[in-house]
Amino acid sequence: MPIRTVMKANEAAAWAAKLAKPKVIAAFPITPSTLVPEKISEFVANGELDAEFIKVESEHSAISACVGASAAGVRTFTATASQGLALMHEVLFIAAGMRLPIVMAIGNRSLSAPINIWNDWQDSISERDTGWLQFYAENNQEALDLILIAYKVAEDERVLLPAMVGFDAFILTHTVEPVEIPDQELVDEFLGEYEPKHAYVDPKRPITQGTLAFPAHYMEARYTVWEANENARKVIDEAFAEFEKKFGRKYQKIEEYRTDDAEIIFVTMGSLAGTVKEYVDHLREKGIKVGAAKLTVYRPFPIEEVRALAKKAKVLALLEKNVTFSVGGALFQDFSRALINEKEKPIIIDYILGLGGRDVTFQNLDEALAIAQKALNGEEFEEVNWIGLRKEIL
Amino acid sequence: MVVRKPPITTREYWAPGHAACAGCGCATALKLATKAFSEAMEEKYGDPNAFAIAQATGCMEVVSAVFPYTAWKVPWVHVAFENAAAAASGIEAAWKKKGLKGKILAIGGDGGTADIGLQALSGMLERRHNVVYLMYDNEAYMNTGIQRSSSTPYGAWTTTSPPGKYSIGEDKPKKWVALIAAAHQIPYVATASIGNPFDFVRKMKKAAKVDGPAFVQVHCTCPTGWKSPLEKGVEIARLAIETGVWPLFEIENGDFHNIKIQSPGGGAKVKREGGKVVAIEFKKPIEEYLKLQGRFKHLFKQPEAIDQLREQIKAMWKVLGVEVTLPKPEE
Repeated sequence: MPIRTVMKANEAAAWAAKLAKPKVIAAFPITPSTLVPEKISEFVANGELDAEFIKVESEHSAISACVGASAAGVRTFTATASQGLALMHEVLFIAAGMRLPIVMAIGNRSLSAPINIWNDWQDSISERDTGWLQFYAENNQEALDLILIAYKVAEDERVLLPAMVGFDAFILTHTVEPVEIPDQELVDEFLGEYEPKHAYVDPKRPITQGTLAFPAHYMEARYTVWEANENARKVIDEAFAEFEKKFGRKYQKIEEYRTDDAEIIFVTMGSLAGTVKEYVDHLREKGIKVGAAKLTVYRPFPIEEVRALAKKAKVLALLEKNVTFSVGGALFQDFSRALINEKEKPIIIDYILGLGGRDVTFQNLDEALAIAQKALNGEEFEEVNWIGLRKEIL
Repeated sequence: MVVRKPPITTREYWAPGHAACAGCGCATALKLATKAFSEAMEEKYGDPNAFAIAQATGCMEVVSAVFPYTAWKVPWVHVAFENAAAAASGIEAAWKKKGLKGKILAIGGDGGTADIGLQALSGMLERRHNVVYLMYDNEAYMNTGIQRSSSTPYGAWTTTSPPGKYSIGEDKPKKWVALIAAAHQIPYVATASIGNPFDFVRKMKKAAKVDGPAFVQVHCTCPTGWKSPLEKGVEIARLAIETGVWPLFEIENGDFHNIKIQSPGGGAKVKREGGKVVAIEFKKPIEEYLKLQGRFKHLFKQPEAIDQLREQIKAMWKVLGVEVTLPKPEE
């Protein structure tokens, strides 16, 4: 029987790892993710999780040890955030290139400088070109569920890519919410044993992994990572469907909220989706035609789903906690890619907000709405807007 | 007919056809190291193949695994430059969970070990993984084209330590990673050289057989980077031992008071007290070693620099608890 209890997202992530039964875990403490390895240490110390937990000396070694273990053919897990994820950067490409389905929990946190431990998505968004699958959780239950789903997708032979699951620093990592811990037997059925055909370190059948590729082969190797990302689109849908069947909770790459007849749709990810849904309710009461959409899957980028969403609205208002300097947010670029050659397309407005733990309030969203309404009325508008800036200290 | 047993197994794990330079001392080291490992695994586990390699980016990595070819007849994983020790930790942990018997061999050059990989090495040693780390020390970043590392010896020319009006060449003493490794109080640390293959093989076997981590730093000639004759690799490496430039020693469990020193040969007089080597009087001047290498050519115009190098070598031996006298060449 599933257990209904309350816990923080960090604990939910540790529980997900425990349920997935990784053989090797390597992790390094970093705020706000530290509780994940702490909790896993307890599980291992109590014999509740039969795994080797390598207490590495850096995040770089955490991911490197995971690559080594995954290359040796076992299920692996790690958790990090922010600077720790940035320190892993080069190895993230390697994990994807070597096609190792490592799963990593990210307590989404800002990047220095200035140093700041609070929430935005700059850390994992900055890793969007590494080849890793990316999922973002709205709440603690999703953090747990998406880690299980991430294993399912990552280890699928049509995919074989590493995956990260992000959940917002403090807003989720340190906030206690009701969570249902699924039944171990059902999780075992859902995930199965991990027995890779392509990655092993076995003296009885020696293989070479991590070769040098000359220009004659490099592009094809990178193309297979592209192909695997493409394959993941279908595999994710299948995994969502199977998960819903087994555990009763429904996931979609893009989850919509009151989007029918909406003129403006606010699009976001992570815990901000909760705030935005509240805000949509608040506006709907006033008769304003708005809706919300949440990206649960960010990589592979759900292009078809974005196109379907775009057909519903006159304005897509992208609320994002990240920035690509001189361009805008990452979602703005991705949405532009998805819609650029569509015959009919909505206006896209980008909002950068909530960086480094800045609260996103209804007042901020009013500001965003006002710009979207200007655009809707055919007035001039800024494409990229920093919302909630304290102009008095600039 | 008497068939003599070969001094080391004829099994090969490092196949010919790899792309190392002619006369590469590191290639010799890897060939011997894998053979030694195989013998050790056979003796310890009854399975000569019970090992796998995690290797850092570097010369020996790029020459041995050019897709779609491989020189490796043993499971082999390369991840990146600075993380061979961390990757080896992961493989070792996976083997534990899979119940596989054997040992992991991590391999890195001096750049990948003394510099960029030092942190990962320290972590792996401190965590007591069942891994042997082999540092093939050719004393510079050779793969990128001969840049100085912290393991480059004093006075050596490299592309980033060129001698000039204001430069003697490399101006810092060599960093001895073996001593740093020993400070982790791990079961076994040794220096070795391709100039004494029997000693190297013995040490690799010992390293492979201990339970827990071990570290071996092997001196390898690099004709390309040292500007030395291709055919004199072993001779040069041997001269490094015989002149005192390259001490051969073993440190067990970080016991710096009981360092085992191997006799350097070359006519050197070794003085022992209570079984311990306390002094060595070398007979061959270091110039005999230096003069065969273009990287030290400029030093012969500045004899005071060679004297400085002599002082540094003495200081290193002093750390090992040995007073050495290093002769000057006869005028």
